[in-house]
Amino acid sequence: MTDNPKIDPTTGTETTGHSWDGIEELNTPLPRWWLWTFYATIVWGVIYTILYPAWPMVSGATAGLLGYSTRAEVAAEIERVDLSNADLIDSLVTVDLAVLRDNEDLHRFAVQAGRSVFAANCSQCHGAGAGGVVASGYPNLLDDDWLWGGTMDDIAYTVRHGIRNEEDPDARFSEMPPFDWMEDAELDATAHFVRSLSDLDHNATAAAKGATLYADNCSACHGEKGLGNREIGAPNLADAIWLRGDSQEAILRQLKAPRMGVMPPWQARLGEAEVRAVTAYVYGLGGGEAAVGDAEAAPAE
Amino acid sequence: MFDTLKLIVLALIVFFAALGADWARDPAYMVHALLIIVIAAGLFFWQLRQMPVEAGEAVRVSAPRGYMDGPVRYGVIATAFWGVVGFLVGTYIAFQLAFPALNIEWAQPYANFGRLRPLHTSAVIFAFGGNALIATSFYIVQRTSAARLWGGNAAWFVFWGYQLFIVLAATGYLLGATQSKEYAEPEWYVDIWLTIVWLTYLAVFFGTILRRRERHIYVANWFFLAFIITVAMLHVVNNLAIPVSIWGSKSVQVFSGVQDAMTQWWYGHNAVGFFLTAGFLGMMYYFVPKQAGRPVYSYKLSIIHFWALIFLYIWAGPHHLHYTALPDWAATLGMVFSIILWMPSWGGMINGLMTLEGAWDKIRTDPIIRMFVASLAFYGMSTFEGPMMSIRAVNSLSHYTDWTIGHVHSGALGWNGLITFGALYFLTPRLWGRAQMHSLSAINLHFWLATVGIVLYASSMWVSGIMEGLMWREVDANGFLVNSFADTVEAKYLMYVVRGLGGVLYLAGGVVMVWNMWMTIRAPEARPITVALPAE
Repeated sequence: MTDNPKIDPTTGTETTGHSWDGIEELNTPLPRWWLWTFYATIVWGVIYTILYPAWPMVSGATAGLLGYSTRAEVAAEIERVDLSNADLIDSLVTVDLAVLRDNEDLHRFAVQAGRSVFAANCSQCHGAGAGGVVASGYPNLLDDDWLWGGTMDDIAYTVRHGIRNEEDPDARFSEMPPFDWMEDAELDATAHFVRSLSDLDHNATAAAKGATLYADNCSACHGEKGLGNREIGAPNLADAIWLRGDSQEAILRQLKAPRMGVMPPWQARLGEAEVRAVTAYVYGLGGGEAAVGDAEAAPAE
Repeated sequence: MFDTLKLIVLALIVFFAALGADWARDPAYMVHALLIIVIAAGLFFWQLRQMPVEAGEAVRVSAPRGYMDGPVRYGVIATAFWGVVGFLVGTYIAFQLAFPALNIEWAQPYANFGRLRPLHTSAVIFAFGGNALIATSFYIVQRTSAARLWGGNAAWFVFWGYQLFIVLAATGYLLGATQSKEYAEPEWYVDIWLTIVWLTYLAVFFGTILRRRERHIYVANWFFLAFIITVAMLHVVNNLAIPVSIWGSKSVQVFSGVQDAMTQWWYGHNAVGFFLTAGFLGMMYYFVPKQAGRPVYSYKLSIIHFWALIFLYIWAGPHHLHYTALPDWAATLGMVFSIILWMPSWGGMINGLMTLEGAWDKIRTDPIIRMFVASLAFYGMSTFEGPMMSIRAVNSLSHYTDWTIGHVHSGALGWNGLITFGALYFLTPRLWGRAQMHSLSAINLHFWLATVGIVLYASSMWVSGIMEGLMWREVDANGFLVNSFADTVEAKYLMYVVRGLGGVLYLAGGVVMVWNMWMTIRAPEARPITVALPAE
């Protein structure tokens, strides 16, 4: 335990003379490269803190000679992109959407921007490929079946204001009442009739009985032939596309406790240019409808 | 008299825990109160049976002599046990990320990723790492101070109190009690309990150093002492919170907003710095020279890098908050101190590796030395990677990606894991008086399973992290984002499977170690268990 340094035979270095549980220590000097690298990082650190905002003072902190700030850096980058797109953005915001497709350059820009807006904001519900999710009732945007209309202006309105949300007073709105007051047999008959509209397997006797119930309770919104009504977002029941499933059980569930989709308004968050861009993108996915004819004439299919 | 007081205190604990169980506002609190009732009642009856039947006939037991290795033995077993638990949960959640269906429906919400993830991190850092640190520090401080642990049964209290902390934390996570602060998830009453246990740990450790019979304090003990004191401070400050009710687990943080974030990452980064670095350097400074049979390379280097490390680490936390609401000046300082920290961190690696000078051949012949060397290599790599990732520009790519996860694991699996395995292989034969470990080739197998596991883990996370970072920032000619978040998740799938396989290998290595330890402990005693204090 006494301090009596000796020479370590293997390395030829002196020990410190201490020993703990048999462990000794060599008196090797600091490795030069280690020490100089350490000094270099300290020198670099001092210089860096002079150049960049670093040292807290009584009020605020030193700003650094370079005047650097992360916020300014991001703002400059955003401004650069905004400037380079400024002309296209201006045209996009003012163009009549119905004729956007005629301006090839602008249309390409809008679709490209729309793809990005869609990926960041819409894909969470409608899917990365815009195919929708039947299990959750998120509509497929690739087909030509539209609940609220498929022209450029219809889509833009839906994106701007959303559906059945509480934030936007202009949101598209409708409500299907629950038919849980019906007898089970009546519900069953109605569902059979609904399935008969699109030629799905059904019990003809029950469907015949259901026809009256449908005419009395459902046709006001869904139409006599079940073609739906886009004014109030009532789905077409006569086609092969079903938002929440086409089985007898799925239809019964919807009759007793209807589930209705909600979509947030995007106007404030996206701004006019991005609303129009994503509209152009969604329109181009395959189901867009030309604005010809009278929108009031829907549901014509 | 003292025994009667203990009985009264235990009875009061049972009573208040019963009130707590009855009035509990959430399931975690109720389960914990019931657990406390069972433990306190068990201790009550145990204490009652220990009481002398007739008063005045006190048996005078002579004070125990020699090293106190009971808590160390228990600690070694607890380390191995919690290690395997932590690796198992980690491997499972790695596969949950690759195959979300493993968030099994009927086990919700208890077994979803969000609740299992803190269970994994706490199990490996605090249960595996913490038990390893407590056990080795108790072993090392006695031998290098030539003194028995101070405080009598206080060391046992530290061991069992710490296990109770682990169980309360883990069950709390599963039942949804969390304060949502990374690596500081346990709620207020668990934090208070840990504070009591930790201060007792400090008292036992420091008391032992004060009664040392060596003139100087060995370098390993500087590191352990810095680790224990700093963790006490970090834990208390970061967990300042006001309970919503004393009958419920929920609490509200005292700090809010960016102050809370800064406190959290001051804590979080120093949990890495003092728990996973300083504490484990303490282990390194004892086991590497012991196993190599060589003197420590440089006393000067140990002094300089110790003080530089201790001084610099505490400032590095803000690099976790680049490009956030944290002011730029704080982020700059965090980054600058992180980079200056590079060489002080490497001082430990140099001192460990160069201690092998004159014993390099042992890397070939001794798998335990091989583990220590690999451990130091991973330590060196992580402590270079860390400062690099703290640079603002690098961080803008790496932050929030899997790169961070890969970095953490090359440090945790490589440095902390391998050095702990080496220490367990060193300690097991000595603590149970066996000639050596049951199987040297099993240690060798463990080494390779662990090393290949780490390589799979770290490399897949590098690829996945850098790819993810590049995909997030990818923009087209007009400045529009190219990828959605879901695109990056899809792209990472293969890397997630590879990462999971790395975890399987690492876990398999842990199981081999447990088997080897079990066979060693079951073998007949071959040499006296070291209990006697060495002669001066």
